[in-house]
Amino acid sequence: MTHAIELKDLHKYFGKNEVLKGIDMTVEPGQVVCVIGPSGSGKSTLLRCVNMLEQPTKGKVFVQGVEVTHPDVDIDAVRRRIGMVFQQFNLFPHMTALQNVMIAQQRVLRRGKREAEVTARENLDKVGVGAKCDSLPGQLSGGQQQRVAIARALAMDPDLMLFDEPTSALDPELVGDVLTVMRKLAEEGMTMLVVTHEMGFAREVADRVVFMDGGVVVEDGPPSQVIGDPRHERTQAFLHRVLHPEG
Amino acid sequence: MADQPTTAEPVRARLSPRKKQQISRGVQYAILVVALVVVALYADWGSLAQNFAKADVAEQALPDLFTIALRNTIIYAAGGFIFAFVLGLLLALMRISQVRPYRWIALLYIEIFRGLPALLIFLMITFLPLALPGFEVPFGTYGQGILGLGLVGAAYQAEVFRAGLQAVPKGQTEAARSLGMSASRAQVTVVIPQAVRMVIPPTTNQFVSLLKDSSLVLFLGVSGEYVELAKFGNDLASQYANATPIMVAGVTYLIVTIPLGYLASRLEGRKGRNR
Repeated sequence: MTHAIELKDLHKYFGKNEVLKGIDMTVEPGQVVCVIGPSGSGKSTLLRCVNMLEQPTKGKVFVQGVEVTHPDVDIDAVRRRIGMVFQQFNLFPHMTALQNVMIAQQRVLRRGKREAEVTARENLDKVGVGAKCDSLPGQLSGGQQQRVAIARALAMDPDLMLFDEPTSALDPELVGDVLTVMRKLAEEGMTMLVVTHEMGFAREVADRVVFMDGGVVVEDGPPSQVIGDPRHERTQAFLHRVLHPEG
Repeated sequence: MADQPTTAEPVRARLSPRKKQQISRGVQYAILVVALVVVALYADWGSLAQNFAKADVAEQALPDLFTIALRNTIIYAAGGFIFAFVLGLLLALMRISQVRPYRWIALLYIEIFRGLPALLIFLMITFLPLALPGFEVPFGTYGQGILGLGLVGAAYQAEVFRAGLQAVPKGQTEAARSLGMSASRAQVTVVIPQAVRMVIPPTTNQFVSLLKDSSLVLFLGVSGEYVELAKFGNDLASQYANATPIMVAGVTYLIVTIPLGYLASRLEGRKGRNR
């Protein structure tokens, strides 16, 4: 069986700074994998290498068996199958929620206007913002914006989804709405790679949790092990800081 | 040290701050009054009115002032503006292109046309038919005026657009690319529309600038149906040996430029609220 995502000896430098120091990792179809770790550990960079928003310095990335790091690959075609959700939502501010979800369907998948609109409304309903179709992003709360962003990605019928700290920019009371949507997606069997600080979500939803620190994978296993009973000192120290922030 | 009093008696100002402010304001008013008196006494009001605001000469300017001169000014400015808008956007995209020679060409163009006086460009345009035998700018004087204004305006507009394009957050391009859009598709669908919205206020100011610079058409040696406000005023002024038509033309410029200036600053304010 081909892996949904496979990273082989992935290195990434920003100038002289080595952010990823040789990552090997796989995500199987239907799996939900959460990447946790302190800020600056390279989690987001790793995620962004999967759809080549960052160009790895060395190593290979395969998505559904296709080597996306190969110079001849049609990266636009690969990205069409990978939905991505950003920390800062990155909705298009000059378009309504509905247009945000329609535009790539029309321009990339060449769907007709009617079909794109039907798909857009379905997905906006699914994430619970169907009533906000005609609002501009600036008129929506952070939680609503992030759910529109998820709908925008889902409307492309992706095979897998990348989430880059999707709740980190949200007010605490809005985090739950977004996590509920992500949980629903996971239950439907979507392949998901999620960089997150939400330990509760990771523990309950993830099939695997990957702990990264200093550009390497320190620990990789089921949540009951990595979060529940971490073996490495660094994982223990990190979890202690996150779960007991008052010390 | 320790037994010295820690609080000193505050030094009493001889004048209270309020009193000082009153005196300062009084002095400013006094200077203004003196200046007004001097101007009123020494200016020859009769002669000034005769030369700059003579009613019967002003009457001669109508209706051609609006039907020909203002109309042509707007044609030159609007045509030049459209030219500058399109070429400016192209130059801005070249300026931030991945292809280095494009960046050089755009930079060279922008530096040259912003660095030269607009008048020089207009003078050179009059020599174009000599330099390129058989070549003629289409639409006659309209074409020449629009070409001159467009060439100069494009250099400024390019920098306006560049600022706008660079002000669109990188996340916007990333979101578009992650949806499978190509680089150029992302630029056209996501980045440029946002950049254009952002630069509406400075672009309005650019239009005002072109409207004023359209007076340089004077140096293209235009006549008859092609004259714009400045040339029109100047010709009438020569004819009557009186500056009133120039004043009249000036007021006509202001009727257009001042409202546009207010429009630009209102748009600026609205942009601030929307973002």
